[in-house]
Amino acid sequence: MIGTRIRERRVLGGIRQSDLARQAGISPSYLNLIEHNKRRIGGKTLLKLAGVLNVEPALLSEGAEATLIAGLREAAGEQDDIGAEVSQIEEFAERFPGWAKLLADLYRRNESLERTIETLTDRLAHDPYLADSLHEVISAVTAIRSTSSILVETEALEPEWQNRFHRNINEDSSRLAEGAQSLVRYLEGAPNTDAELKSPQDEMHAFLAARGFHLPELERDMAGPRDVTRLIEGEGAELSSPAQSLARDVMLRYLADARSLPLEPLLGWIKSVGLHPDRLAEASGVDLATLFRRLAALPEDAVGPVGLVICDASGSLVFRKPLEGFAMPRIAGACTLWPLFQVLAQPQSPLRMRLKQVGRGTDTVEALAVSAPVTAPSFDRPALMQAHMLLLPDRPEAATAPLREVGVNCRICSLASCAARREPSIISDGF
Amino acid sequence: MGKKVLLIEDEPNIIEAVSFILSRDGWEVKTHSNGHDAMEVVRLRAPDLIILDAMLPGKSGFDILTEIRGDAAVGETPVLMLTARGQSKDREMAERAGVSQYMTKPFSNADVLAAVRALVTP
Repeated sequence: MIGTRIRERRVLGGIRQSDLARQAGISPSYLNLIEHNKRRIGGKTLLKLAGVLNVEPALLSEGAEATLIAGLREAAGEQDDIGAEVSQIEEFAERFPGWAKLLADLYRRNESLERTIETLTDRLAHDPYLADSLHEVISAVTAIRSTSSILVETEALEPEWQNRFHRNINEDSSRLAEGAQSLVRYLEGAPNTDAELKSPQDEMHAFLAARGFHLPELERDMAGPRDVTRLIEGEGAELSSPAQSLARDVMLRYLADARSLPLEPLLGWIKSVGLHPDRLAEASGVDLATLFRRLAALPEDAVGPVGLVICDASGSLVFRKPLEGFAMPRIAGACTLWPLFQVLAQPQSPLRMRLKQVGRGTDTVEALAVSAPVTAPSFDRPALMQAHMLLLPDRPEAATAPLREVGVNCRICSLASCAARREPSIISDGF
Repeated sequence: MGKKVLLIEDEPNIIEAVSFILSRDGWEVKTHSNGHDAMEVVRLRAPDLIILDAMLPGKSGFDILTEIRGDAAVGETPVLMLTARGQSKDREMAERAGVSQYMTKPFSNADVLAAVRALVTP
């Protein structure tokens, strides 16, 4: 959208809104409306703004596809030592759309392959089945080697010992054969396509996404843990064992949430009080975190799109239901300015704000965040915290909430003078 | 009577083979096959040398080694650790815990015998 692109170029250029408005001969409030895509512009105003921003008017009016630009930025961020002309990404995408798409696609492909390598490395290093199997094989080989050496090297070995060691070698060689066959079966059965080579978290999220994050089987009055098992053994049978374990945990919590706040009453309350999480929590008597999870589990045709992200106290994202217009990293490294992390320091004190992700050409979203312990209080073990952030498309009801500009992660964020920055941005360099 | 070696290992046929070669070399070999109560057995036997498997049921060889080194009565006992894992981090972990010698499986009988002879002063 034109307004979004004007705002991106202004922010990237470090120009204040009031300065741009003055130089273009329009009022700051009018520019603000333009930047939020609430006023359509063209003609002289567009030419003036493009002139002040020092870009071709076509770049503002037509713009390359935002996802393509975002992909190119991420690619440049991964290889910032090469010195790609980040400031000219849009121009590059406009002038050479085919090459730009090829570059972005190659970057995605490379990223996917890197994830594959990580997954395989992780599998080799930490897969308990593989570790146990290898240990079994090495133990059998050790016993055979040691025993056979005794048989060969010991002169005048008593028949009783000979018989015993022969029997041991026979046992160990059988064990070795079984272990080797088991390893071969396991390795042959290992995933070998890009689509299959995902982390357990990715598999679990893909499984839930395929169901729209809504599980009617667990919404029924009589639903119980056996229904979770049925789901795992049915549609979840293709998941890896670690992914099944993750999916089981998520679904057991879904089940508990559905019991606390059944679907029909929830839809009734939404109908009567609207999509106001604080009022809904008060009316239904559940805590905000539970309510957020229930809202994110509703069928989309009931309340429209709802996103949810959950992190643990380390900041690792343990659950992600995406909302269009708000990008999330896969596990860690998310922008610290997200209220999701702010509420970790203020348990049970919710925050509401509107978020705008800088530089991604996205709209504003409404974010509601709260954190709470997920374990019962104990003197003997640490309290485990989780923070929840519900994401809704920007609504008129949220207009009074403060607006915060945030990023996805530092590497591809152009927010200037950000106190939360962990590493330099390749986007702000050179501007 | 020869010097006492305590072999803590959970694979029966490895126990038998190592016990055989050490016994033939004049060592008095006692064996134990789990990590749960290995420390009690170490204190009870007070061996001249301990051969310790790294992966034992109940408690890892690394944890047992740490306990041995923290025990005033048996803390100076030489420990030869056997492991199926040859990664450098495991070796470093064993060295930090105070291992006397570290040997990866599959080992040769001659190497085990040489290590035992070297670690125990006649």
